[in-house]
Amino acid sequence: MQTSLENDRMAKLKKYMADVLEKTDRPESYLIAVLHRAQNLFGYLSRDVMDEIALTMNIPTSHIWGVATFYHYFKLKPQGKHSIAICLGTACYVKGAGDILRTIKKELKIGIGETTEDGFFSLHEARCLGACGLAPVVMIDDKIYGELTNQKIIEIINNYRKRDRKSKEG
Amino acid sequence: MKKNKSKENFIITLCDGPSCIHNKSKELKRDIEIQLEKKGLSDNGRIILSGCLGMCSKGPILIVNPGYTIYGHVTEKDIPEIVESHLVKGKPVSRLIIDEDHLYNRFFRVFGDVGFFGKQMRITLRNCGIIDPESIDDYISLRGYEAIAKILSDMKPEEVIEEVKRSGLRGRGGAGFPTGMKWEFTANQKSDEKYVICNADEGDPGAFMDRSAIEGDPHTVIEGMIIGGYAVGSAKGIVYIRAEYPLAITRLEKAIKDARDSGFLGENILGSDFSFDIEIRLGAGAFVCGEETALIHSIEGSRGMPRPRPPYPSVNGLFGKPTLINNVETWANVPVIILDSADWFRKVGTEKSKGTKVFALAGKVKNTGLVEVPMGTTLREIIFDIGGGIEKGKKFKAVQTGGPSGGCLPEKYLDTPIDYESLAKAGSIMGSGGMIVIDEDSCMVNIAKFFLEFTQNESCGKCTPCREGTKRMLEILTRITEGKGEQGDIEKLERLGNLIKKASLCGLGQSAPNPVLSTLTNFREEYEEHIKHKKCRAGECRLLLDYVINDKCVGCGACKRICPAGAVSGNPKTPHVIDKSKCIKCGQCYEICKFGAVDKK
Repeated sequence: MQTSLENDRMAKLKKYMADVLEKTDRPESYLIAVLHRAQNLFGYLSRDVMDEIALTMNIPTSHIWGVATFYHYFKLKPQGKHSIAICLGTACYVKGAGDILRTIKKELKIGIGETTEDGFFSLHEARCLGACGLAPVVMIDDKIYGELTNQKIIEIINNYRKRDRKSKEG
Repeated sequence: MKKNKSKENFIITLCDGPSCIHNKSKELKRDIEIQLEKKGLSDNGRIILSGCLGMCSKGPILIVNPGYTIYGHVTEKDIPEIVESHLVKGKPVSRLIIDEDHLYNRFFRVFGDVGFFGKQMRITLRNCGIIDPESIDDYISLRGYEAIAKILSDMKPEEVIEEVKRSGLRGRGGAGFPTGMKWEFTANQKSDEKYVICNADEGDPGAFMDRSAIEGDPHTVIEGMIIGGYAVGSAKGIVYIRAEYPLAITRLEKAIKDARDSGFLGENILGSDFSFDIEIRLGAGAFVCGEETALIHSIEGSRGMPRPRPPYPSVNGLFGKPTLINNVETWANVPVIILDSADWFRKVGTEKSKGTKVFALAGKVKNTGLVEVPMGTTLREIIFDIGGGIEKGKKFKAVQTGGPSGGCLPEKYLDTPIDYESLAKAGSIMGSGGMIVIDEDSCMVNIAKFFLEFTQNESCGKCTPCREGTKRMLEILTRITEGKGEQGDIEKLERLGNLIKKASLCGLGQSAPNPVLSTLTNFREEYEEHIKHKKCRAGECRLLLDYVINDKCVGCGACKRICPAGAVSGNPKTPHVIDKSKCIKCGQCYEICKFGAVDKK
């Protein structure tokens, strides 16, 4: 059953697609923009959402699926509450990002592209966040943490956990 | 500058690149506002957020104008002093000034002096950090959009193309194709529709030149594209930019809107017959989309896969129409060439490579950040003079240029003057401008593996040599770093690498083996050590290391308790021993030891 929140999101997506269809004679070229909008609203691209896009935009679902799976930016599974993106760009790599990644994996017990059992963290790899001066870095949601050590990253992760526990209690 | 400039006594510029934001530059802005309010100075000046200034290791950066005083490592506590001493009393706070000859400083101090030929020279990034990137008035005040007025009133499209050709400008995306020729090919096509594209899909890991250029001075790119549109007869421009660059996207959106409102974009620009508009399209995290035919497919809403060329996009591009594609940095050079003439531009650089190149200097070097130098500057000057040399007094081992498509150059190439040809001759490429410094602590086999993992992951899978070949190469490299390398592996890597280079469909595959082949040429002995002696001299390949307990051991037993293989033995308070035959080399004993008693050898 769809919640009203989801209905609301779907309405927004439909409005966006209607605008696209109206303003251009090549709507199919805006597919990636539509997928960006959809992921923005829903957090990931579900089968239902892709079907809806297919119907509205008159593009086969198979094509949409092909596009969605091609680009790393699109997520096909629900994401954790916080996303941890570890930068594996060259500068971070030569400064020990591999070690940091091992530590995060061990701490969260998940691999890249996976979400923790409690749905709290998702782990992704990023190819250069452009903060090479702070290497190695991770980006948690929109915040960058730099000059990491194995100890520091565990502290940061624990701080997120603590804050969440507090907000639940308080 | 702004209309009320008569009242403007000072401008404070804060860097809001990722490194500086991390170091709280945005919080500093608020602190400055509070202090100015206190002193009643709020209306006497303004605060600008500049986009990345490239002085990342000295952040947060604060610049006070006039005077170009650059402050580094500024904290909240320093703000009252800066406001009181510098702005009220007119005495700069000397203890915070970055005074060494580093990155931008030299340029800032002599800004406006065209005769400046120091180590750095800024053409592409000429306005970054000087203007407010969100103010079109600022841009116009530094001769912005003047080149548009010049071409629309004085120059025919052919003359514009001739000028760009004469300037010797070459594609800054990496391949170095002469820009003017590309323009001419597109202009020569007869078509009802043509497109102009700006490639801002900056995907090389460790490279962020284009992001900085757009964040710091978006109008330059727009102006360049308008000139391109006029020259080739196109009315529509598209900027294809990475979705991972939200600040750059926001600034670009605002700049396009402002340019439209001011009559530089849209119908009948500046009252002429020429119409041109720009729209933004977002990428979605696929490295291969930096390749022009893949980029076109992506804009068309499909999987971003390349196709064979010819036909080149200048003949058959976006939606089958003639299309001119240039990279951000290339576009940013165009207004300068038109305004200051090709003759001036030709004076900078080497015989075959004109102008400047922006590099993102990172890795094990003291000063990390953006550097713009004239072509012909040597690697040594960039790394040691501008970059300040290697961190922690370590020894230089290699410099990697060109990202995953480039190569690693050892010490003997340090005095190579940088241009497209010399880097290619040395076994690397110019690339888009990533420059990573590697010291003795990094294993070259591992570095090669790192880049191949990247290209393997990003291979679109369309052609077999790239899809399968890179996978096989990666398997061999993985085997070598795990101590399972076999006799003949080096030859296999070379044969495969050369085959992939020759047979792949697009630039990604054709250059994917470069990091491996260049390290095989320049650091062959490291490969041989890994294979024959199962040793990694940098100590990075953990499976090739032996963990040994030294005499610092106090017998606390921490390593014994954590060892998952039961390889550590010893009685409490006496030195412990690791049994090599049982050790699985997980490194946990090394990490847990508080006494530095576990050595990796």
